This record gives sequence, C-alpha cells and structure tokens, in this order.
Amino acid sequence: MRADPWGLINRAHCYPRLVLAGFRRYSAYRAAMLAGLSTNVVFGLMRVGLLLAVIGERPRVAGYDAAAAVTYVWLGQGMIATVSMWSGFHVAERVRSGDIAIDLGRPWDFQLAELAGDLGRFGYHLVTRMVPPVAFGVLFFPFRWPQRLSTWGWFAVSLLLAVMVSFGIRYLLNLSAFWLVESRGLISIYGVASGLLAGLVIPLHFFPEGIRTILWWTPFPALMQDSLDVFVERGSPLPAVGHQLLWAVLLLLAGRLVQRSAERKLVVQGG
Amino acid sequence: MSLIEARDLRRTFTLRRKVGRFRRQRHEVVAVEDVSFAIEAGETVGYVGPNGAGKSTTIKMLTGILVPTGGFVRVCGLEPAARRRELAGRIGVVFGQRSQLWWDLPLLESFDLLRDIFRVPRAAHADRLDECVELLEMGPFLHTPVRQLSLGQRMRGEVTAALLHGPRLLVLDEPTIGLDLESKVRLRRFLARLNAERGTTLLLTTHDLDDIETLCRRLVVIDHGRVLADGPLAGLRAEVARERTLVVDLERPVPPLELPGARVAHVENDGSRQHLVFDRERLTAAALITAVAERAPVHDVSVLEPEIADVIRRLYELRESRALPVVDR
Ligand SMILES: Nc1ncnc2c1ncn2[C@@H]1O[C@H](COP(=O)(O)OP(=O)(O)OP(=O)(O)O)[C@@H](O)[C@H]1O
Ligand SMILES: [Mg+2]
Repeated sequence: MRADPWGLINRAHCYPRLVLAGFRRYSAYRAAMLAGLSTNVVFGLMRVGLLLAVIGERPRVAGYDAAAAVTYVWLGQGMIATVSMWSGFHVAERVRSGDIAIDLGRPWDFQLAELAGDLGRFGYHLVTRMVPPVAFGVLFFPFRWPQRLSTWGWFAVSLLLAVMVSFGIRYLLNLSAFWLVESRGLISIYGVASGLLAGLVIPLHFFPEGIRTILWWTPFPALMQDSLDVFVERGSPLPAVGHQLLWAVLLLLAGRLVQRSAERKLVVQGG
Repeated sequence: MSLIEARDLRRTFTLRRKVGRFRRQRHEVVAVEDVSFAIEAGETVGYVGPNGAGKSTTIKMLTGILVPTGGFVRVCGLEPAARRRELAGRIGVVFGQRSQLWWDLPLLESFDLLRDIFRVPRAAHADRLDECVELLEMGPFLHTPVRQLSLGQRMRGEVTAALLHGPRLLVLDEPTIGLDLESKVRLRRFLARLNAERGTTLLLTTHDLDDIETLCRRLVVIDHGRVLADGPLAGLRAEVARERTLVVDLERPVPPLELPGARVAHVENDGSRQHLVFDRERLTAAALITAVAERAPVHDVSVLEPEIADVIRRLYELRESRALPVVDR
C-alpha cells in the first residue's frame, strides 16, 4: 500500500482494457463518425480555397508555399476530431448528474482511467477521422510529405502530446462543473477560442510577432500548431515538442490537484 | 466485530439562499440527525422511512461518498470516507437511480472491465458471472449495449456488477424502483438466495414494503434523520402494532357484532363475514372467538397479522404523540 501510493503498479492492468473500451465506445457510433468526417472534408475544401487565394502568386506567405498550406489544412482537418478539440466533455455531465460519485469511488486512478479511455478514442479517430481527410488532400492537392525520416517519429510523439494537452484542458473544464453552475458556457467559449488560438482557423505564423509570443505562453499552440509545424518541418522539432511536453505535464498535474479538491468538495460538501 | 457500526451519525448540508438582491444567507439542512445501529454479518436489513428521511444520505456515509458531520462509522472495520477505494473492494453498492455500467458498451464488456478494475482472478470472476447470468436470466442480452437495455434488464446488470468482486456486504439504495412486479420478484428471489447461500449481508432502502416482507429479517425505520425503531420484523409487529384483525365467517348473515374490546372494521356478504379489530394485549383471539360464537354460529375464523405499512404508519403516529418506542434487539 505505502510502497505504491498512486496505486499504479498494483492496478496497472485495468488501463490497457480501458484504452480498448475507449476505442470500442466510439466505434459504436458509425453514423456520427461519417457525418463528422464529411463535415471535415467539406470545410477542408473551403479552407484550402481561401488559403491558396491568400497565397496567390507569391512563392510563400509566412513560410507557407502552396504545398505546405495544403498540408497544413488537411492535417489540421484530420486533427480536429483526433485531438478532440470540441468533444469529450462527458465527465462534466456526470458531475451534474451526480454519477461522478461512482467514478471517484472506484478502486482506480480516475484521471488515468479517463486518459486511457481518451487514448482509445484517439486510436479510433486516428483511423477514421485523420487518415481519410489527409488521404483526400494527398490525392487531389500538391501535398508536402516530410523530407526526413525522423520527422515521422517526431510527429507521432507530437500528436500523442497534443492529445494529452487536449485531454488535460478538457479534464480541467470537466471538473469545473463541480464549482460552476455554468461550466457549459465555459466549454462553449473554449470551443470557439481554441480553434483560433490553436492555429486551426489560420496558421499562428500569420499572426503578428507579439501575439505569437503571448500564445507561446499558453497551451493552445500545443493542441495543433506545434504538431503541424513538426510535420511540415518548420525548423527544429524540439521547441514544438518541448512546448507540448511542458504543457502536457503541467495540465495533467493541475488535473490531479483539482481532482483532489473536487473529491473533497464532493465528500465534505455533498457535491 | 460488526460489519457495519454507526454511532450518533449526523450529517448536515449548508445551503446558501439568496435573500434580497445580493445578500446570501447560509442555511443548514439536517439530513441525518442522530443515527445509531450495528449490523452483523449475514443479516438482511431493510432501511425504510418517508421521502427525505435521510436514507440515501446514510447510505452515502456508509459507502464513503459523504463524510459525516459528526459521529462514528465503520464498515468492514474501515472508516468509509477516508478509505473509500479500499472499502469499494470489500462491499458492493447498487444505487437504483445511478449506473455503474458503461453505457455504450455491451453489458458483458462492463463486467470484463470491472474484473480488471477490481483485480478479480479470472476463475473466480467467471464463476460468479456464470451464476449471476443463470439466476438472473441475463443470457439473451449479455451482448446488448447497456443503453439499449430495459430498466429491469439493466438493474440485473447493476446487481451483478456490484457482486463480481465477491463482497461480503451488499448495500442497495432503492434497487426495485421502477421495476415491474415480475422483475421485482426475480430480484428479491436472487437476493434472498445470495444471503442464504453465500451469507452475503444485505442492507437495502426501499419504498416497496413487499421488498422488506420477502427479504428482510430486520427493519430499521428512520424519519427526520432519527431512528424510530430497530428490530426483528416479527418483534416490531408484535410490539408496535398490537391490533390484530379477526375475520369470522358465520353460518348466516347477522348485523355488525357489538362485542366488548373489539370493533367491526369491515362487513362482507351482508354480514356473514365480519372483520373484528382487537387489541392483542387486552383480549385473546380465543376469547373473542368464544364471544362471537355466543352470538352466532361460527363457520370459520382467521387472524390477520398487520401489514408492514400499518406497522410503519403506527410508528409515525406514536412519534407524533411522543411515545417513541425503540425496540431493542
Ligand atoms: N447534497 C445535498 N445538499 C443539500 N441537501 C441535501 C443533499 N442531499 C440530501 N439533502 C437533504 O437531506 C434530506 C435527506 O435526503 P435523503 O436523500 O437522504 O432522503 P431519503 O431518505 O433517501 O429520501 P427518498 O426516499 O426520497 O430517497 C432531504 O431533506 C434532502 O433534501
Ligand atoms: Mg433516497
């Protein structure tokens, strides 16, 4: 007991199954997947059109040539669901309904259990929501593949970290339901803001220098722009991946702290 | 050592109520005022009381979901709120209004997940699951996603989920709420068997007194956060509801019988069947039958025990008149 204060070694083996369960849970909704996928492709077409119009006859804008811009768009469209920018707030619903008492009372690490489930979801979305839009981009547009083999490895790590950062933020937003009656409002604001600040709507490199510096101090670029930069080999991958790692660790730790006080609130104040 | 021990258990909630435009007033709700009881291994205890009596709040304190405001509580020798996760491995809990199953997954996959979460050895898990599947007839819907199950089917899954790690104590908060008669009967039969064969201790709250009648040997009645009565069902009946009903079938109809120490509550068949209510302490059934026989030839007699509902109603009446009886065991 004492030798394993986090209970990780002792109960390590329920988490792989939770990853699998996360995958299976999402695969139950095939129609929703297809609807989301076609939306991603349609919006991808519009965004590619706009971005190519902005670049126009110039060889490159803010470092993007036509191929890099196309890659940025289709990879970004694939990442929306894969990184789970706008969904994954079921825990907040369970806080509101009171079901969270069951989750927190189980002999597991709830944060780790949720993370495992989210990684399963990530796996499912990687196959169903990331690959098709990217394949679409590759087939019909000038696509920029990584020039170095190592980039693939960096990108894999970066994508996984993007999911962790996204999970970390969503976990905190979910737990906010313990204190805020209007956590739903907060979640909607996040949905709108994250698209812009993470570099989904337009590349963050289009922003003025000052704003970019400020954004670097937030976790938003770690959701998308960092990974996109790694893939198109914009400078060294290290600063981007380091930025993501830093935020993933900070957010997951913050999640643990907030969870502890949420549990205290549940147990002491009665939710 | 008792499996459950609660002494002077108390729980209040602080609410903030708006008064005027900006001011908020703190306002205290006493959910559980003063509850003490001990439950031994192997018992079957019904925990009953009207809406808002404090039943669920007590259950939450016993299972570690709420910290008591005051008093002492131990379950399986553990302080529940401080050692909630450890306790979860030793007890099973079913909340009729909540679900511990994975909504989007087939029922069977929830069971597999629980096996890993509770670290149950495969063989033991398989044995318990097989038994539950057979007795609760879950075979036809084991592969159905939980969200598609009917309430009765889901409840069977919930009870199974609470038992897979082999707890010695099963706590159920309104397990039969919303179930149809057949589902209720099936669940009761299952729980009774669990207690008889496995020796699993049962503590359940319910508003359906048939649950108590068929399942619980002991009753704890609470109201306004206090224990009104606690004792064996039979003893409570005898102690609290002293009135019995004698049903007499007479050879021929007669006008309502006027007898000392008994009153006619109900007349059937123009008076050839009469329900006579009498106080067991003042008059014996034998004496009453003799008195009836003097008036009219008796064909048949039977004595009705009071229903649990009557026992509980009587308890509330006694509380109102401040003659609060607590039956000691
Ligand atoms: N979290 C809470 N915050 C404030 N008040 C609460 C809370 N939980 C319970 N109460 C109050 O405590 C009292 C007891 O509630 P409890 O849920 O224990 O009753 P119960 O006996 O289970 O009733 P029922 O039969 O309706 O389920 C009620 O007055 C209820 O409003
Ligand atoms: Mg209740």
